[in-house]
Order: sequence, then structure tokens, then C-alpha cells
Amino acid sequence: MRGATRPGDRIFLGLARGSGIFVLVVMAAIAAFLTYRASKAIGENEANFFTTFEWNPTGVPAEFGIAVLAFGTVVSSVIAMVIAVPVSVGIALFITHYAPRRLGGTIAYVIDLLAAVPSIVYGLWGVLVLVPQMDGLYGWLDDHLGWTGVFDWDEGPARSLFTVGVLLALMILPIITNVTREVFRQVPRMHEEAALALGATRWEVVRMSVLPFGRSGIISASMLGLGRALGETMAVAMVLSPSFDINLSLLNAGGGTFAQNIASKFNEATPIGRDALIASGLVLFVITLLVNGAARLIIARRKEYSGANA
Amino acid sequence: MSNATLSSKPSSLRGATLPGWSTWAIAAGSAAVGYAVSAAAGLHSDIQWALIAAVLFVAGSYGISAKVEGRRQAKDRTATSMVWVAFLLAVTPLASLIWETAKRGVKVLDGYFLTHSMGVVADAEPGGGIYHAILGTLEQVGLATLISVPVGVLTAVYLVEYGRGRLAQAVTFFVDVMTGIPSIVAGLFVLSLWILILGMGESGFAGSLALSILMIPVVVRSTEEMLKLVPNELREASLALGVPKWRTILKVVLPTSIGGIVTGVMLAIARVTGETAPVLLVVWGTDFINANPFQDPQESLPMYIYLQWANSGGSGAAYDRAWAAALTLIAFIMILNLLARVVARWKAPKTGR
Repeated sequence: MRGATRPGDRIFLGLARGSGIFVLVVMAAIAAFLTYRASKAIGENEANFFTTFEWNPTGVPAEFGIAVLAFGTVVSSVIAMVIAVPVSVGIALFITHYAPRRLGGTIAYVIDLLAAVPSIVYGLWGVLVLVPQMDGLYGWLDDHLGWTGVFDWDEGPARSLFTVGVLLALMILPIITNVTREVFRQVPRMHEEAALALGATRWEVVRMSVLPFGRSGIISASMLGLGRALGETMAVAMVLSPSFDINLSLLNAGGGTFAQNIASKFNEATPIGRDALIASGLVLFVITLLVNGAARLIIARRKEYSGANA
Repeated sequence: MSNATLSSKPSSLRGATLPGWSTWAIAAGSAAVGYAVSAAAGLHSDIQWALIAAVLFVAGSYGISAKVEGRRQAKDRTATSMVWVAFLLAVTPLASLIWETAKRGVKVLDGYFLTHSMGVVADAEPGGGIYHAILGTLEQVGLATLISVPVGVLTAVYLVEYGRGRLAQAVTFFVDVMTGIPSIVAGLFVLSLWILILGMGESGFAGSLALSILMIPVVVRSTEEMLKLVPNELREASLALGVPKWRTILKVVLPTSIGGIVTGVMLAIARVTGETAPVLLVVWGTDFINANPFQDPQESLPMYIYLQWANSGGSGAAYDRAWAAALTLIAFIMILNLLARVVARWKAPKTGR
């Protein structure tokens, strides 16, 4: 077998391989150019980039840091994950194991469609419909859990990290549900039937055969959702009323996320301001790269195992 | 089954069971109590009474079932009710999203709205339309498609037909990772390379570049899946007839999987059409019609929604326009999605015969 000996073959292989290499070049270029612009900004920065609670790249001296953004990004994503993961697993179970078959198919289809709704629409809905609805819940949390400090509320508009977390949860629900559903569907029928034959209830079947089989799938789906939540821009920029300080209460307006900060500050940014925003974008890029890479590695490892089990 | 319920004594084999309607009764009861409690306590938010009802439902079905059927069955019922509650909790806001967009969007959505720009309309005034935004979206997404489809399909061909060894592994891994790049980072990359370093101005094309970074990995993934479905016998038959490999790929492999590839491309288009962040950074947006994507700022639908919301100063007219544009955008994306599914079913590769 001699492969690419004919000129047509050689050209075609060259094109195909070239495209593959192009993808790698783009990834490398993203890292390289962001680092280049970021290094310019950080060279001008008089304060510590990682620990400063301020964003003032145009000041004399220029001082900016990502501490507030890192805090806001992590907190809103954690809230989103805490809500979205159990609910998504629930919906996935509902579709694959609980709903009548035809209903399950329809719901899976609708959730597929919902995954395509753009984030700007979630943002518009979030700020004009969800935020007014959250007031009551905020008041209740303040009355009963306000003493913890975390749920202390000053009666401001509900445009805080907590609402952002709830909105992000809604946005990543369809993605996590879709991936989890696919994994649950691959559970070997024999495992479930064996459990049923032993007299297990439906919940025991789920707990003994479905969840253990799907565990790594749930983890990787969650990490894909986490990657989305970390990088979500417009919805957060519209719902959150930002400020550059760390507020221990989740219900009081304030804080910020990487992506939201870039979108909100970009219009009035000077050249050094843009470079500073690019520097924060680089941090976001590295974080999402790590999260997504980890998710993919988990999925890849699972493939090998499931081949042995099937 | 009906015989068992008719006899007065419970069957000794199955133990006591709750009748089939009990779940519905508990659900209706807890919804009513939840609503009554929140009405009595003067709670305003729909979220609150729904949460109260959900908790009552789960607790109620556990309690009643534990009393009649025993602990194991009660646990099972709790799990079932939790799954239902999870489903309802998630579907309600998502349904509200679609419903509110449709309800508030139809107010100003008409022929005039679709065929006029915002050129002479102040942000707070009624009137105006989204023609310039639709034009910009179509041009930016069209150019992005022109860039990313050849690159994406060829990369997928490389991975499936040629790919062995380290290079293919690296490409596979980085395509996967690329899928997760936040759209704002893609925008920042184009900003730093195309606008800040190469000195090009803001334009629709710069937006297309950013969108193609988001589109390429999606196209590669879906095309790869489709090419893998093409049976090897087809390739072997063609090669055995002395057809060169590149002609085999172009004439046999790609036509067999064309339906799936088109579906994947359409889904990728649907995904990037709604992207706002990169457009915000590198296309800027304008209220005027700009038909040239290579020069000067352009508008796009998601950008229009954002600007109407942000610059409106709380004016109802601007919100109405934002909702109408959102409805247009969702409708466009849903239609693309549905078409993609139709194509997928119609042109599905005929395998396994």
C-alpha cells in the first residue's frame, strides 16, 4: 500500500493536513497574542495583578487586579453548579427512566432546542423578568438566613451574584442535561434488568446501576457546563450591577466576573485599558482551558473503560 | 390489576400499595396549600409558592407512602417525586423565557420593523426597525461560514481518513478544547491581532473571524462523527477499482455523509448567530445601514438587542424593540435547528444493509 503518490493525492492530503495544522496554529496564536498584549499591560501595572481590589488602568500610577473578578466568577459559577447539576441529573433521569417514552422523547427534543437559545436572550429575560421575581425570594432569605451574613440583603434591586448564579444555572441546564442523558441511555440494559429481577424498586435500580455507570459522564458534563458558566458574558453583563469590591453577602449588588468586566468596561477603555482587559481575558482563557481539558480527559478515560464493560 | 383493588384484603405477595391517583392528589394538594400559604402570608413572588409546593409535595409523598407502603417504597416515591420536581422547576423558567419573549416580542414585530433601520429614530422614541441588524448578521455569519466550513470539513477529513499518530491526536484534543473557548476570548484574540496589531478597523469581517473561531470546532466535531458512520466497504470498493484516495473521499465518502455534514454546519450557524460578545468588541454596532462587511462598524441582531436595552434609559419603546429583535433571533435559530433535523432525517446515511 503506497499512500500519497499521485499528485492529486498529495495535494489533497496537504490541504487536509494543512487545515488540521491551521487549527493548532490558531490555538497557539490565541495564547501568544493574548499573552503579548497582556504583558504590555502588566508591565505598566504598579499593583499586584492577582491580589489588587481595584481596576484603574488609566490612573497615575496604573493599578488593576483580578481578585474581585476571580471571586465573582468563582462564586457565580459555584452557585450555578450547585443548582444546575442535581436538577440536570434529575431531568436526564426523568427523560430516560421516569417519563412515558413518547413524552421523554419530546422533552429531550425541546431541551435540545433550548440549548440553542442565545445568551443575549437569557440576559434580556433575566434582567426584565427574573430580577423582579427574585425580590420575594431575597426578602425571605434575608428574614430567615440573613444572620449568616451570606444572605444579608439591603433591599436593593436583585441584580447580585446570586441572581446571576440562578440565571447561569438555567443557561447551562440544557447542556448538562443533554450530555448526562446520552450517558444514562448507554447504561447496559442487563444491569437494570438484573436489579429489577432481584426485586429492586425503580430508585434502587437508578442508585445501583444507572448512577454508578453514569458517574464520570455526570462529572464531565458538569465540567462542560462549568466552562460555559465561567465564560458567559452578555447575560451576566446585563443582570449584574457591578462594583469593584468583594461583598460577602451574595444578595447585595456588587462584584463582577471576568467576561462581564470586559464587556462592560470595553467601550470607554483607553489603549492601556484594553490591554488590561485582554490580560484578564487571558486568565479566563487559561481557566476555561484547564476545565475543558480536564472534562475531555475524563470522557476519554471513560471510553476505554466502557469498551471493556460492554 | 383491577381485580386486586376490588378484593377487600390486600394481596399477600405485594403488600399494600397506594392507588394510582394518589400521586396526582398529593401534587394537587401541595400546590393548593403552597398557593394558600403564600396568599395568606402576602408573598408576591411566583418563585416562592412554587418552592413551598415542591417541598410539600416531596415531603407529603414520602410521609404518606412510608405509612402505607413501607420505607423502601417510600424512598422510591420520594425519588420519583424529586425527579418530577426537578423537571418542573427547570422547565417552568425555560417555558417562561420562550413565552415572555413571544408575548412581548409580537407587539412591534411587523413588516415595517423588519425593513427599516434605526437611522433617524432616537433611542427613546417608538418606530424604527432591525433591517440593518438582519443585514449585518447575515453577512457576518455568511462570511464566518465561508471560512469555517472548508477548514472544518478538511480537518475532519484529515482526522478520519488520514489521521494517525501524534499530530492527529493533538488536533483532536485541541479541537475539543477549542469548543469550550468563551466567545469573549475569541473576540479579544481578533481584537489584539487584527485590530490592535495589524491596525485594521472595526468591521463586520473582523466579527466573522471571531465567529469562525467558535464555529470551526463545532463543524469539525459533527463532520468527524458523520464520516465515521460511512461504512468501510464503500471506501474499499472504490479503492479496489483503482480510484485515487482523494477522488474516493470527494466522490464517495463526502456525498454519502453530506446530509449529516449539512446538519452539523446548520447547527454551528445557529450557535454563532446569537453571539454578542465578539461582535461587541470588534464590530461595534451602528444605527445605520452598512452593507459592506469589510469596512466600518456594522450592526447584528444580538448586538441590536443589547444596545436597545443598554441605551434605552428605561424607555418602553426600546424594550419593545429589544423583545421583538429577540423573538426574530430565536425564530431564526429555531427554524435553522428544525431544518437541520429535517435534513438529517432526509439524508441520513444508509448503513447496516
